[in-house]
Amino acid sequence: MITATEPVVAPKTYLNAEYGAKSWLLTKDHKRIALLYLVSVTLFFFLGGIMAVLIRIELATPAGDLVQSNTYNKLFTMHGILMIFFFLIPSIPAVLGNFLVPLMIGAKDLAFPRINLLSWYIYVIGGFFTLYVLFTGGVDTGWTFYTPFSTTYSNTYVTATAIGIFIVGFSSILTGLNFIVTIHRMRAPGMTWFRLPLFIWAHYATSVIQILGTPVIAVTILLLALERGFHIGFFDPAQGGDPVLFQHLFWFYSHPAVYIMILPAMGVTSEIITTFSRKAPFGYSFIAMSSVAIAVFGFLVWGHHLFVSSQSVYAGMVFSVLSYLVAIPSAIKVFNWTATMYKGSISLNTPMLYAIGFIGLFTIGGLTGLFLAALGMDVHLTDTYFVVAHFHYIMVGGAIMGYLGGLHFWWPKITGKMYPENWARVSAIVIFLGFNLTFFPQFILGYLGMPRRYHVYPPEFQVYNVLSSAGATVLGAGYLLPFIYFFWSLKYGKPAGPNPWNAAGLEWQTQSPPLPENFVITPVVTEEAHTFSHREGVEVG
Amino acid sequence: MTGHIVPKKVYYLIFLTLMVMTAITTAVAFVDLGRFNIVVAMAIAIFKASLVVLFFMHVHYSTKLTKMIVAAGVFWLAIMLLMTMSDLLTRGWMGVPGR
Repeated sequence: MITATEPVVAPKTYLNAEYGAKSWLLTKDHKRIALLYLVSVTLFFFLGGIMAVLIRIELATPAGDLVQSNTYNKLFTMHGILMIFFFLIPSIPAVLGNFLVPLMIGAKDLAFPRINLLSWYIYVIGGFFTLYVLFTGGVDTGWTFYTPFSTTYSNTYVTATAIGIFIVGFSSILTGLNFIVTIHRMRAPGMTWFRLPLFIWAHYATSVIQILGTPVIAVTILLLALERGFHIGFFDPAQGGDPVLFQHLFWFYSHPAVYIMILPAMGVTSEIITTFSRKAPFGYSFIAMSSVAIAVFGFLVWGHHLFVSSQSVYAGMVFSVLSYLVAIPSAIKVFNWTATMYKGSISLNTPMLYAIGFIGLFTIGGLTGLFLAALGMDVHLTDTYFVVAHFHYIMVGGAIMGYLGGLHFWWPKITGKMYPENWARVSAIVIFLGFNLTFFPQFILGYLGMPRRYHVYPPEFQVYNVLSSAGATVLGAGYLLPFIYFFWSLKYGKPAGPNPWNAAGLEWQTQSPPLPENFVITPVVTEEAHTFSHREGVEVG
Repeated sequence: MTGHIVPKKVYYLIFLTLMVMTAITTAVAFVDLGRFNIVVAMAIAIFKASLVVLFFMHVHYSTKLTKMIVAAGVFWLAIMLLMTMSDLLTRGWMGVPGR
C-alpha cells in the first residue's frame, strides 16, 4: 500500500494569493489597497510627529534656542499639513474603511476597484509634492494658507505645497465616491439601510462631506495659486478682492474636514463599544442619523473661524448659533455610547480602552468647542493655545484614539494574528496619560493668553510648556509601542481565528485574513446589526 | 447596465445653443446694464452649465438617485454662496468688530 502525505498548504488569503511588488502595486483588491494606505499614512504620521517633537523641544524653554523663528514657522506649518491632509483625513476611511466597507456589507470589493487604486496613486503623487517641499525649504504660511501672506508676502514654497494638497484632495473625493456607490449598490441580500453597521453609517456621512466639501478646497487653492503666480485679484483688496473671502472658502471645506476625521472614529467607537459591552447599541437609529446630522450641520458653521476677521457681526451671530447645533448630535452619540455600556457585560480589552478614552477626550474637546463657538469668549481665546488644545483633543484625542482602537480591533482580521494584549493595554493607557499631560496644560496656557505659532514666550508660561513637552515624550513613547508590537505580531502573534472577539458583523464571519474574494458564498443578512443576544462573551484577554 | 443612447441631433442642438449663448454673453458685455451686468452674465452662465450637466453629462436621462446627488451638490453650493453673502451684505448692518 502506498501512502502519500499531503503537503501542508496554507489557506488561501488575500495576503498569499499573489506575491511580488507588482501584485501589490497593481492590485485592485480593496484589502491590499487598504494596506498600501496603511503604510503610506503611517510614514506621514511619523514625519508629522518628528515636526511635533521639534516644536515641543523648542517650547521647553521660553527662549528661541533650538530653531530660528522662520524654521519654527515651517515646522508648525509642515506638522499641520502632514497630519491633516496626509494622515488624519485618509487614516480611518482609506485604511480601515477601504478594508472593511465591502466586508461589512457582504460585498466582494468596492464598486470601482480601479478608481480605488487610482486614489492611492493620487495620494502618493500629492505626497511626493509635499515631501519635495519638505526637503527643499518648506513653507511658512501655517496649514491655513491665509491671504494676503500666502499670496503676496511669503517667499517659501507655497505654490508647490498648494499643488500637493490640490492633488491629494482628489484621492479623498474618489474614496468617498467609491464608498457611497458601494453602500448604495452592493449590499448583501437582507442588508437593509437600518441593518447597516454603525461604522458604515459613519463612513457614508464622511463620504458625503468628502464629495461635497473637497472640491471647494481644490478651487480655493487654485485661486490662491493664480493670485500668487499671475496676480489675478481674488483676495487682494488692491485688485478688487477680499481676503476674508479666502477664509470663507477655506473653512467651508476645512471645518467639515474635521468631521471627515472624527466621524469615522465615531463609527469605530460604536463598533467597539457594542462588541465589548455585549449589547446592541442604545438607540441605533439615533447614532446612525446623528452621523448624518453632523455631516450636514458641519457645513453650516465655518464662520466661527472668522469671528475676529472683518466678518460682519450679524454673520458672526448666525454662525455662533449654528455652531451650537453640532453639539446636539455629538451629545446624542456620547450619551448613547454610555447608555450602551450601562448594564453591559464589559471587558476592558485594548480596543475598548481606546474607545472609552475616545469618549472622554472627545467630550472634553467638544465642550471646549462650545467656549470657542461663543462669540464674545472666542475673541479672548482666538489664536491662543486654548484653540490648539481644543482641536488636538478632537483630532488626536478623538480621531487618533479611534484609529488606534480600530486598528487593534480589526488587526486580527487584517493579519490573522493577535497582538500582545498586555503590551497593547499598556500602550493605550500610556497614550491616554501622555495625551492629557501634553494638551491639558495648553488650555490653561491659552486662557492665560499665550498665543499659538510663536517660538518664544514670557517665562511665566514655562511651567505649563515643560509639562506639555514632558507629556509629548510620554505620548511619543506610547505611539512607538504599537508600531513595534504590531510588527512583532506578524511573526510571533497567535493565530486569531475568524472571530476572536465573538463580534457581530459580516466581516467576522469570513476567515482571517479574508479570502481575496472576501466570502465563499454571498452572505444573507437575517438580523439587525450588532445583535449579541445569542453570542458568547469575549474570550481573549 | 447600458447607457442611454442620445441622438447626435441633440448634441448638435445643445452645442449650437451654447455657442449662441456665448455670443450673447460677449454682446451683452458691451452694453452697460448697471447692477444687472452681473445678474445677466450669471444667468446665462447658469443656463449654459445646466445644459452641459443635463445633456452632455446625461443627468437628464439618469436615475432619480443620480439626480438627487446632483441636486445635493447644487444645494451645497447654494449654502456656500448664501452664507458667505450673509457676511458680505451685512457688514453695514451692525458693522465689523474693531471698526
